[in-house]
Amino acid sequence: MSRPGFVLTVDERTPPLLMHEGEGFRLERLPLGTRVVYPPDSLKPLRNVDAHIQHALLNPLGSEPLPELLRPDMRLTIVFDDLSLPLPQMQTPDVRQRVIEHVLELAAANGVDDVELIAANALHRRMTPAELKRVVGERVFRSFFPERLGNHDAEDSANMVEIGTTKHGEVVELNRRAMESDLIVYVNLTTTPMSGGPKSVSVGLASYRSLRHHHNVHTLRHSRSFNDPPNSAMHHSYERMADLVGDHVKVFTVETTLNNDTFPSSTGFLNKREWEWNVADQASYLAVKRGNDLMPAKARRKVWQKTVAPYGVTGVTAGRPSDVHPVTLDNVHRQQLTEVQGQADVGIFGLPYICPYNVNSIMNPILVMSLGLGYFFNLYKNQPIVRQGGTAIFYHPVPHEFHPVHHPSYIDFFDEVLTQSTDPAVLEKKYEEQFATDPWYIQLYRKSYAYHGVHPFYMWYWGAHALEHLSEVIFVGGDRRTTTRMGFKAASTLADALEIASHTVGRSPSITYQHAPPLVVADVR
Amino acid sequence: MILSLEYRHSPARYLASRTVTATKAGSRLAGMVAGNMSPLRLINLAAPVPPDEGWTRVAPRLSGICGSDLGLLMGRSSPYFSSLSSTPFVPGHEVVGETLDELPDLPAGSRVVLDPVLSCEPRAIEACQWCASNRESRCDHVTTGAISPGVQTGSCAETGGGWSRQFVAHRSQLHPVPDSLDDERAVLVEPLACAVHAARRVPVPTGASVVVIGAGTVGLMTLLALREIAPTSPIHVVAKHGHQQERALALGATAVHEPSRAARALRRSTKARMHSPEWGAEFLLGGVDVVFECTGGAAGLDTALRLTRAGGTVVVSGMPSGNVDLAPLWFRELQLVGAYASDSGGPDEVARRSDFDEAIELAGAAPLDGWVEPPYPLRRWREALSHAVDAGKLGSVKIAFAPGKD
Repeated sequence: MSRPGFVLTVDERTPPLLMHEGEGFRLERLPLGTRVVYPPDSLKPLRNVDAHIQHALLNPLGSEPLPELLRPDMRLTIVFDDLSLPLPQMQTPDVRQRVIEHVLELAAANGVDDVELIAANALHRRMTPAELKRVVGERVFRSFFPERLGNHDAEDSANMVEIGTTKHGEVVELNRRAMESDLIVYVNLTTTPMSGGPKSVSVGLASYRSLRHHHNVHTLRHSRSFNDPPNSAMHHSYERMADLVGDHVKVFTVETTLNNDTFPSSTGFLNKREWEWNVADQASYLAVKRGNDLMPAKARRKVWQKTVAPYGVTGVTAGRPSDVHPVTLDNVHRQQLTEVQGQADVGIFGLPYICPYNVNSIMNPILVMSLGLGYFFNLYKNQPIVRQGGTAIFYHPVPHEFHPVHHPSYIDFFDEVLTQSTDPAVLEKKYEEQFATDPWYIQLYRKSYAYHGVHPFYMWYWGAHALEHLSEVIFVGGDRRTTTRMGFKAASTLADALEIASHTVGRSPSITYQHAPPLVVADVR
Repeated sequence: MILSLEYRHSPARYLASRTVTATKAGSRLAGMVAGNMSPLRLINLAAPVPPDEGWTRVAPRLSGICGSDLGLLMGRSSPYFSSLSSTPFVPGHEVVGETLDELPDLPAGSRVVLDPVLSCEPRAIEACQWCASNRESRCDHVTTGAISPGVQTGSCAETGGGWSRQFVAHRSQLHPVPDSLDDERAVLVEPLACAVHAARRVPVPTGASVVVIGAGTVGLMTLLALREIAPTSPIHVVAKHGHQQERALALGATAVHEPSRAARALRRSTKARMHSPEWGAEFLLGGVDVVFECTGGAAGLDTALRLTRAGGTVVVSGMPSGNVDLAPLWFRELQLVGAYASDSGGPDEVARRSDFDEAIELAGAAPLDGWVEPPYPLRRWREALSHAVDAGKLGSVKIAFAPGKD
């Protein structure tokens, strides 16, 4: 059995601790008394994943076995999570490929001819053919692409259908092919508590009309946190929509979970607790750090983006979504949850090079904000690791870089919108509609590989709860121009950051460092 | 003898200046080039003599440095104009001065601003078709008549120019300045008249989207004139420097954009589509209805052509220089319209107040305080030119000489 999560209190004997900072990392000596939250050790992976998949499909929760749902004259749509999961991408074969292959074998055995596969990319950028192939595997790709394997297109009005309105007045408009199928098999990868369950179909196959009901400032400010579904207004909305989906079409979900083997053996020290580094780990750290720092920026990015994680699969559960997801969440919590006693004045987070929206791309300043104040800040249950009015210190260079193909609306958002205001509510009211309905962004989303025009707004809303909760946000090593534009501060060192923070939290603040990745969810009591 | 800055004919110096400023590094030395490599010198000259009784001597009180003057001194102006001037001449055509001779309806000592165009009337010849229809800026006779060739005062050997302590001007070129208009505002009247002229060159329908490229003197004044003509149209200004952006907003610009951001920003506001060619700048499909190019640079005109919608209009207001890719002009079926100097109102069927009358009124009402820097005496001409070349960077709008000052 692997060791549970752990909270270390820094003392004189504590070595410098690893801190991610974009496409780099450093060892940082933290002030005495700082609490450091580590995730549980990586769980032991399932030995025979294929057997587990087979078992899950034949022994589902709350549903007939999959073969009993398959018949020759039916319309079957297999929907799978897009490339925003997992992070980094997992080494092939991707677990989604394995599940899809099993489902297709059962479909073929039961004479199902009308099968289509759709990536549930919602308003994310389309996956390229190569990216699709990587997820579904060569065999499936060659058999189905492009006619019967592709990306969801939320702006293809002819292929969207409104299936109804929830009791809260939320319009549910989803992919027509999926909604008019006899069965949807959703192939999921849950790597954080926010993913999977009711989110899968009702978000992954939705349109802007539908998404705006939960991807908004009010909902996100009342999702505390969005990694704690019972306390997340966003998930409440997902659930209402998922109920409507359930009334409309049969959904058979297959949810998988992964362990915390996030980094390959060449950077294995990144998976370990620092005081347990052996001589090889220390040498490896020095060599990788030196090489990484000396590498030209473009080459460095390429190397990081090509990094694949040797994740092990820790769970495969299939059946009715509402029965499956609690099991999945248990698996995620087993891997990521660490109990922490009380909040701190200052929270420290080292932000890595990757987030869900810069796979094979560039992490622009908006994505850094979303990763820090959205994803990392919200890696909690009960209450944030930082107290109300406290300070968050992030490590990231926040370079002024944008991917012109993937993030065109982000460029305009950064240059035109953030210069007017950084208040999420103001931006939502004044600019969201303009960006969401801009025909050029829509064209780029549909025909190129661009995130939807509204996407940078969602990223900004992702941090809305943190912006309201914190009194100060400081980026150690951050570019002054970009951080200032976003309403944050930049500091050269941790000492400088704490000096800046002293105006709000005093000179001897309590500090908690959430040591990730590998991901850890703080259960703050 | 009067103290003057004289421009001599020197192909070698012209070419040397042109060669140096054509490079990126050289363009940074433009101020030095204008002051040291150009064929300009400070000398004492015999005072120009009025050709007949319709002329008067004028003592400049302030004389502005125009972008076209700098273009000439940096070797950037087109050789096209070489046959339309007579050398040596004294530059300077943005002038507020005092008349020294009695004229029938203008007593000596009157404070006047100069309309520099040397059209048929000053040349004492029969009016060409353009002068006959009150469009003097299009005059066909700028090289003939009683005085030597020169499109304007400031490029004619016989009249002298504003960069001296005295020149001569025909009565038709002079506009009395009301007492309420101080010299700092009055010296802006000539460029303002040109801006009024440019703004009137094309119709701007109500609500049409307009872009002004450049926010130097010409750009800001074009904005000022456009605001009068099209008060409800969205007018975007492309401005390089912070102070220019602030001034443009103060004059009523709808929005201001840095040059590198212009295409993206205007794409959004016009709901256009933007494309990035393999080489060269981004361009719009869709875009702006009317663009006023006010920089006089190739980059400005190139941007203008790339931002204009199909069938739209580009008005070239700054004196053009350099080479531009005309593919958008052809592909988008654009209208390219020139706007040179000013006129007295056009033919009877479109008769209106003269550009100068409009400009004098506008100069009195517009927020132009602080636009003219403390003037330089002629002896400090190198510093003045250097300041004028870098005016944008230094937060200045208009640099002027006070020729009467020591």
